[in-house]
Amino acid sequence: MKCFEYMGKEIFARFGILVPQGRMVLTPEDAAKVAAEIGKPVVIKSQVLSGKRGKAGGIKFADTPEEAAQAAAQVLSMTVQGLPVQRILVEEKLKIDAELYVAITIDGAAKAPVVIASAKGGMDIEEQDEADIVKTHLDVFLGLPAFLARDVARKIGLRGNLAKEFSDILSKMYCILNHKDAELVEINPLVISGDHLIAADAKLTIDDSALYRQKDIPFVDEDMTEVEKMAKAAGVGSFVELGGDIAIMANGAGITMGTLDMVQLFGGHPANFMDAGGGTGVEGTAKAISILLAQNPKVIFINIFGGITRCDDVANALAQVKRNIGIPVPVVVRMVGTNEEAGVRILKEVGIDAYRDMKTAAQMAVALAKRGEGA
Amino acid sequence: MAILVDEASNVLIQGITGKQGSFHFRQMRAFGTNVVSGVAPGKGGSLYEGVPLYETVQEACEHHAIDATVLFIPAAFCKDAALEAIEAGIKVIVIITEHIPVQDELIIVNRAKLKEAVIIGPNTFGMASWKCKLGILPNVAFSPGPVGVVARSGTLTYEIVGSLTNVGIGQTSVVGLGGDRVPGSSFVDMLKRFEVDPDTKCVVLVGEIGGNAEEEAAEFIKTMSKPVVAYLAGKSAPPGKRMGHAGAIIERGKGTYEGKVKALTAAGAQVATFPYEVVEKVQTLLGHP
Repeated sequence: MKCFEYMGKEIFARFGILVPQGRMVLTPEDAAKVAAEIGKPVVIKSQVLSGKRGKAGGIKFADTPEEAAQAAAQVLSMTVQGLPVQRILVEEKLKIDAELYVAITIDGAAKAPVVIASAKGGMDIEEQDEADIVKTHLDVFLGLPAFLARDVARKIGLRGNLAKEFSDILSKMYCILNHKDAELVEINPLVISGDHLIAADAKLTIDDSALYRQKDIPFVDEDMTEVEKMAKAAGVGSFVELGGDIAIMANGAGITMGTLDMVQLFGGHPANFMDAGGGTGVEGTAKAISILLAQNPKVIFINIFGGITRCDDVANALAQVKRNIGIPVPVVVRMVGTNEEAGVRILKEVGIDAYRDMKTAAQMAVALAKRGEGA
Repeated sequence: MAILVDEASNVLIQGITGKQGSFHFRQMRAFGTNVVSGVAPGKGGSLYEGVPLYETVQEACEHHAIDATVLFIPAAFCKDAALEAIEAGIKVIVIITEHIPVQDELIIVNRAKLKEAVIIGPNTFGMASWKCKLGILPNVAFSPGPVGVVARSGTLTYEIVGSLTNVGIGQTSVVGLGGDRVPGSSFVDMLKRFEVDPDTKCVVLVGEIGGNAEEEAAEFIKTMSKPVVAYLAGKSAPPGKRMGHAGAIIERGKGTYEGKVKALTAAGAQVATFPYEVVEKVQTLLGHP
């Protein structure tokens, strides 16, 4: 789960990392109030879960509280990368002498946390020359000892008090990674302002699997569509809207991708990616099917290879939805694996035939969607 | 032979009396797995369908020579259960559970590395070798034969292995690495084992977009004497959830479908565009009618 910048900065501040003075507000009036409290020129920053806010005009400057209210009103009326701005962060404008980059994330291939730092922070860090980026993998049992932090500071060319502050910030970032179950703690830019380092931005991604033990962090669902939010609430393993007309459910991320690939090969357009997850029972599957229906597709295509997921559970869910609320579009089911015979029998009772072969089923789903177009 | 385990291996199940554990215990036993004991705290000393239960893994290991353990443990308790198995000295540990926090996975896989234990998973269907199944893959899909299979995604593997079985081509071992960010084992770990396994005549690799595990595998495939057929899911998928700057800096353009196909093809692997093509390619390689 990605956190808004203001949430990230609140957590940074709690762990002792220096952030600009400021506050999140929802209205131009409050923006003026905060600007007056700060008593200096301020920055108005849109709070959306998207990079490139500056380029999209989502960051503005103001010298007085009146200007702050005006800028806030402008920013609050915009959308940034399709996301409407509902919150803004008003904070002191920093004197910027230089911009650094620093992040800690998990490198899955190396099975280790990795520190990434560069003396050249700011925009376009992803395109930066490999030689200008320092990467240090950490031993999970040692964590981030102070000597390693000091060495990263040295490698990006910091000296004196700045080096000391940098290694201190790095240690605190590692604490956040650990204590907040973060997958990513990133500061870009980390600003050199006089003799101090200040986190001008805060990017924090919390591990979804660990949210249950991070209850003090508010849930953020901004980058999901309405149907995606429904899917999340229903406990569907993974769901992404794709805009086509064949609603798809499969069990397992790989087979779901494989199903999308095949539907596209045969000329069809998937409405979504839905990995119903492993071992979802009747209730969960019924909810998942109602989410497929919510997309108003021309065809529903369900591709189940039962392992931990049992075919009879999926079939019962389909039968339940068909009996209770009805399914107004053709349903193509491909079903093999655990409890296959029972599943096929249950489907037959509600008038749905099941295919054994994925290719034939995919072809049928595409053909039915095309017929639906002509009707 | 097959890799890691076979029908003679003594298997422990942690969480054997739970909903998933009990169901798949019966499936595993029906498959031929030699399940010698189970761990179920609070139920130690009793028998569960003929299998002795113990309070802890340590206690189970005092009564049996355990070769492998399978965990059917809820995510929140998995770190403890996996460490318990590692510290007890078990060398093959299969973790089926999904949604384990990544910080917990880091501890598990790094501790296992230190103690020279092989972790299969987390978030995997497990594995099968000859008459030994550790995990949840459907019994009907697997049949003994000459093909080694290693995969990142579960259901897609059943699809491919099931198709191989349908045309009469069996498998030495089928291993699921799991779909998580920090898997305990890599493609390369398993390719190395298949390369030296005398019964494996060719290897099927089932990958997907994202990460760089397939690119790493390609480097090793260059050195292999056995042919490799690969299938990669996600050709049509929109770019997945990116982690922003830091993720992009680590991956540096790796992880795309095209990049993976290019790396594998250059290494001499045959890349199938769709799952059913895997079977055709394996048939040709083995000279199978």
